Amino acid sequence: MELLIVTLIGLMLIAALAAVEARDLLSSVICLGAAGFSLSVIDLLVGAPDLALTQVVVEVVALVLLIRVVVTRRDTSSSAPRDALRTGAVLLAGGVLLVAAAFSVGVFAAGKAGVIPPFGQPLLAGKGPVAPGVSKDYLGKAADETGAANVVTAVLLDYRAYDTLGEATVIFASIIGTYAILRHVGRREAPADAPAGGAKGG
Amino acid sequence: MPPEEGMTPIVRNTTRLVSGFIVVFGTYIALTGHLGPGGGFAGGVILAAAGALVVLSFGRRVSSSLITEPTCHVADAAGAAGFLALAMLGYMVGGFFVNFLPVGRLHRLDSAGIIPLANLAILVKVGAGLVGAFLALSAFRPGRRSVLDDGTADGRDGRREI
Repeated sequence: MELLIVTLIGLMLIAALAAVEARDLLSSVICLGAAGFSLSVIDLLVGAPDLALTQVVVEVVALVLLIRVVVTRRDTSSSAPRDALRTGAVLLAGGVLLVAAAFSVGVFAAGKAGVIPPFGQPLLAGKGPVAPGVSKDYLGKAADETGAANVVTAVLLDYRAYDTLGEATVIFASIIGTYAILRHVGRREAPADAPAGGAKGG
Repeated sequence: MPPEEGMTPIVRNTTRLVSGFIVVFGTYIALTGHLGPGGGFAGGVILAAAGALVVLSFGRRVSSSLITEPTCHVADAAGAAGFLALAMLGYMVGGFFVNFLPVGRLHRLDSAGIIPLANLAILVKVGAGLVGAFLALSAFRPGRRSVLDDGTADGRDGRREI
């Protein structure tokens, strides 16, 4: 199980690197899809079917959208040759540095004030040096208090519904932003002496 | 053949057979979110996938008789307002997002109070929002006016502009 997950994470890393480095936009999109589907398989393996379902569905729609956009708009610009190995090394070093910094700060703070729980002991589980966690309460009382058989939904829409409202607001704002960029009401035709492609919003 | 005219009859007939089931499955995923894996977001994205399938296989001309962008705007806003209204109704019994409906028996569709209703609101919101964004993206041509603006979808307006 662990080996499979590590293999999938390695596949995700390779796919992400290939997505950055691919010459063709379509290849980049396909590599991005490979990374996303690997993540959904990992979700399934670690026992998070809600997350896996959402990940698969979003991945399919995003892939269709991106492929549609890429196939419609041919990219004719040529890019300078890049060094994949160097980019990979820089990205890997940066990631390792970030992780090391986060955990060293966490261990340091946990030793002193106990702000960040140590690795493998999440805050909600209540085993860390910090406050007693609530995950035991969620698991034990969710069915009685909310009546929902699915504890994930009970947390999302009852205990932490305020977070879900914030998430819905984010989606709403992003959709409105998409409409604002792609709108045609309020756009006017560019004047004849304007430079090409200058259909600015009015 | 421009891409907005749709795809081959094979794709069209498959879409005709399958798209209804996809919509039913998305609604099922959303409405049973409190009983098993799923929820409003996943269901809404599945609905958006059905919408994208119809738009891509039949073209915008046919699909605009089924659903248009203004409809999506209204449904999107209605879903968001419905979710917020559910939260506000909690003030009747105490506070924001308080579950004011009876909890009911476990493993029944009518259990869990406001959770199925909230899932329904999110389903409408996410589905309509993504379908609307997809319609806006597929109608957009850089540097030109929208294809459905004046009913000329055959590229004539592209030459007229600039």
